Amino acid sequence: MSEHSVSVTEPAAHPHGMLQHHFTDMEQQKDAASMGMWVFLVTEIMFFGGMFAAYLVYRYWYYGAFVLGSTSLNIWFGAINTGVLICSSLTMAMAVHSAALGARKALIVFLILTMLLGGIFLGIKAKEYYDKYVEHHIPGENFKFDSMTMPDGSEREVHVDQGQAQIYFSLYFLLTGMHAIHMIIGEGLLTALLIMSWLRRFGSSYYTPVENIGLYWHFVDIVWIFLFPLLYLISRVHHV
Amino acid sequence: MPREHYLNHEFGIKSWLLTKDHKRIGILYMLSITFFFVIGGIGATLIRLNLLTPYGTLVSAETYNKLFTLHGIMMVFFFLVPSVPAVLGNFALPLMLGAKDVAFPKINLLSWYIFIAGGSLELWALISGGVDTGWTFYTPFSTTFSNTNVITAALAIFIAGFSSILTGLNFIVTTHRMRAPGMTWFKMPLFVWSTYATAIIQVLGTPVIAITLVLVAMERAFHIGVFDPRWGGDPVLFQHMFWFYSHPAVYIMILPGMGVISEIIPCFARKSMFGYKFVAFSSIAIAVFGFIVWGHHLFIAGISVYSAMVFSFLSYAVAIPSAIKVFNWSATLYKGSISYRTPMLYAFGFIGLFTIGGLTGLFVAALGLDVHVHDTYFIIAHFHYIMVGGMVMAYLGGIHYWWPKITGRMYPEGWAKLSALVIFLGFNLTFFPQFILGYLGMPRRYHTYPPEFQVLNVLSSAGASILAVGYLLPLIYLLWSIRYGEVAGNNPWGASGLEWQTTSPPPPDNFAVTPVVTEEAYDYSKEREAAFV
Amino acid sequence: MAAHVDYFYFFMLLNFLFFFFLVVALVLVFAIRYRRSAHPKAEQIHGSLLLEIGWTVIPLGISMVMFAWGAILFFGFNRPPKDAMDIYGVGKQWMWKFQHLEGQREINQLHVPVGRDVRVVLTSMDVIHDFAVPAFRVKGDVIPGRYTAVWFHPTRPGTYHLFCDQYCGTLHSGMVGDVIVMEKDAYQRWLLTGGEGSLAQQGQKLFQQLGCNTCHRNDSQARGPNLAGLYGNPVTLTDGRTITADDNYIRESILRPEAKIVAGFQPIMPTFQGQINEEQVIELLNYIKSMAQEQPGGPVKTSPNSPAVPGASGPAAGTR
Repeated sequence: MSEHSVSVTEPAAHPHGMLQHHFTDMEQQKDAASMGMWVFLVTEIMFFGGMFAAYLVYRYWYYGAFVLGSTSLNIWFGAINTGVLICSSLTMAMAVHSAALGARKALIVFLILTMLLGGIFLGIKAKEYYDKYVEHHIPGENFKFDSMTMPDGSEREVHVDQGQAQIYFSLYFLLTGMHAIHMIIGEGLLTALLIMSWLRRFGSSYYTPVENIGLYWHFVDIVWIFLFPLLYLISRVHHV
Repeated sequence: MPREHYLNHEFGIKSWLLTKDHKRIGILYMLSITFFFVIGGIGATLIRLNLLTPYGTLVSAETYNKLFTLHGIMMVFFFLVPSVPAVLGNFALPLMLGAKDVAFPKINLLSWYIFIAGGSLELWALISGGVDTGWTFYTPFSTTFSNTNVITAALAIFIAGFSSILTGLNFIVTTHRMRAPGMTWFKMPLFVWSTYATAIIQVLGTPVIAITLVLVAMERAFHIGVFDPRWGGDPVLFQHMFWFYSHPAVYIMILPGMGVISEIIPCFARKSMFGYKFVAFSSIAIAVFGFIVWGHHLFIAGISVYSAMVFSFLSYAVAIPSAIKVFNWSATLYKGSISYRTPMLYAFGFIGLFTIGGLTGLFVAALGLDVHVHDTYFIIAHFHYIMVGGMVMAYLGGIHYWWPKITGRMYPEGWAKLSALVIFLGFNLTFFPQFILGYLGMPRRYHTYPPEFQVLNVLSSAGASILAVGYLLPLIYLLWSIRYGEVAGNNPWGASGLEWQTTSPPPPDNFAVTPVVTEEAYDYSKEREAAFV
Repeated sequence: MAAHVDYFYFFMLLNFLFFFFLVVALVLVFAIRYRRSAHPKAEQIHGSLLLEIGWTVIPLGISMVMFAWGAILFFGFNRPPKDAMDIYGVGKQWMWKFQHLEGQREINQLHVPVGRDVRVVLTSMDVIHDFAVPAFRVKGDVIPGRYTAVWFHPTRPGTYHLFCDQYCGTLHSGMVGDVIVMEKDAYQRWLLTGGEGSLAQQGQKLFQQLGCNTCHRNDSQARGPNLAGLYGNPVTLTDGRTITADDNYIRESILRPEAKIVAGFQPIMPTFQGQINEEQVIELLNYIKSMAQEQPGGPVKTSPNSPAVPGASGPAAGTR
């Protein structure tokens, strides 16, 4: 609590790390910012949670259709994306670590790597969406789930209730779309961090935004860790 | 009055629209929600006027449906949810904690702007063409059949939801991290406990309505099928998702009011709160239990008998902490020294009316009875007793209680007492007949009705006109008091609480010197100078 | 049944009055007895564990009685008697259409005999409606995409309000009607005034008109499951699940045939969604119900909220 004396570590090199007037010391300010980010992430859990709940309910009711829908997704793209995101969390953690050490160049490198990996994820996602568009698996007027492209390129016929299948794909696009939007916002936040790092705003005594945006990035990663198995991996049927 | 305080240390529109001072932001909210209250009130007026006759002669059926939708959306999302938290919470919470501001003042201002953006968009949707789904947006009517501005209305609420989330987030972090030295959790005022519990609900519940409304918009725009039975979707799933937020939302709409009552009663009875810890924990219990009872809105919607039983059982459980509060408030009066100043009158009114609302909740928590009264005027009466008889009275009580702190002036006591009485009588005349109407079977959201229900409807409408007068009066005399009211002094009520240790109005940074807390909460054991009690 | 609800209501009312007047009395008495002028110095009392426990446990106990009583009544609402007579109803914006098994149809009026258990099986053609008869103290949501049911036992001849109790659009308040309870022989006479043949017979005509019998037949040319004796009995699907062929299953199989494929058959049945309305589905349903039983057991009587499957909550859930 606020009985601590003012922090005596070296001040940040730039005025941006200044104590805001309503806090008693930097430690209180930092604690408040961290707590704020954690509370915000809890709201994000509830936001995605609503979608997950809808997905789980429909998966239970329409298991057959959902299995077929899941099989029609490209598991390689999904797996690569999972690896890409996990690596990006690593580079993000390294960025935070560098910031804590006051290592500006390393911080910048790791931020750029994180952004690149995020970009790869989004690129692969775009390709997946395009494939779905070509196959008429996008819900709406042109939706028709009567065939899917197998990994070897062959076409496989599908017989399933169109309504149930459409719900699978609606939830797929909703879940991954919301996730992608959060990734894009993350890229924006990382850009801001990049600029601030370039302008020497951070030092070992002040790097709170790096830490908190790191938390956000890890959260978005964790959402994907849940999405991938739920959407791509349920009872994949490899044979007709 | 102090020479410099938060109202006069800066002038001009920019100093208000770009303020980061929680006190000014509280006032910005106060003005905004009053505006939305008036809009919602106009809707209510037209509804009650239309219901004077059984034949719906005042407005067409389409218009009537748009009116009750406007009334519900405005009152729930743009008046009640922000009312005590965003107005009184913003103003008083940091002061009560001995802090200089909330944890994130800029986000606080952003919250207000988001609120205004959502409110403006909603107003536009409701007035240009209107929305006729009811504030509950049930599918598939809202997604497939309604021909009105559903998507806009839903998105506006989505936007406003972020305001609620950010306010809640701000209050949680402020309560955890910005208490003055010496203020442990159990020395905090009970208003803080209530606001904290409310903030938890805001933070956890609002995102779910956000995603639900996104789904409605998606369904309406792209026919994705998730709530449309023609595509295998389940319209009842919408109800589950909607009420998962909207039930806890009703606790957002009463807990802060309970917090206000917990401030008023010890002050005007000159006694510490009876059972402080029980009252504090009951706020948390209400917040927690509030999340697991949503199914009681779906008793006749086709859910399984067994899940209905679970929800009914839990709905009784959630009633208990509220009962504990009522008993503790009453016990606080015992052997107190009671003043009949306006805030206390509102508190008395709250206890009576909230008790009626809460006890009728027991009726509807009962499965066998809910079947009969669901979607009738009984339900309408039940929730208006709590939200209007409870929350609005508590809001007004809080406004009067903290008015001297906010403005440095006293309101005129005679007019205030008269208004409180008019509101109390008008309210009861409006809503008590509705319990009877409901049990007799009159359905809600009906533009016309069988003629045998007319007498009760006329009584209700008569009450509404009295209630309207009661609400107008404070608008007038409170404005008047800003200029001509008696100067209040730091602590006109002789109340405990850190907000009364600073000037009225407070300086921009709240306290000249950061207070150090040594007393228990509500320590009225010593004599306190109280000019107006 | 309505009387039972009223007894319960009376009990609730007594509780309400007791606690309300208790609280009001306490507040008033304390407010007056301890008003400032009479009691200038307050006594600081911080709490009493005994009181807290007392006023927690006692209301909890009373609540449990309320819960139990309400739950018992609710069970009754959801378990129509096995010999209840069925009437089918379809709600649509903004009217009620009823079909009696004997073939009689009515709009916004429902004739029923006094002294019998009546179960109204309902579905909606568009949005969610609600079938409410305040005089009988019953109601139930009427949901598109599935069947739900409400049952009652009229005890007095007369005319009673029927309301739609779930907001359903512009003329929601116009979706009202009358439940007309008649003496038993008057009801029988009234039934005879319909002309089209029983519901099952109408269904049989439709079955042939739509060509259902070209696939659903009893011989080697059958490409669909034999429907004789189907209703109420278990069915095994291609995904291995076994479900009961109830009202919802039959309706779903007509309108969304690819949702559940019977084991051993191909998914070739075309959908009839858009070609027939809910009333016609009800005719077909009753025809199928009437088909000769090949297995003993008979039709399954089920709970009102999902006429064939107790506890089901999916849009066309087979079994739970």
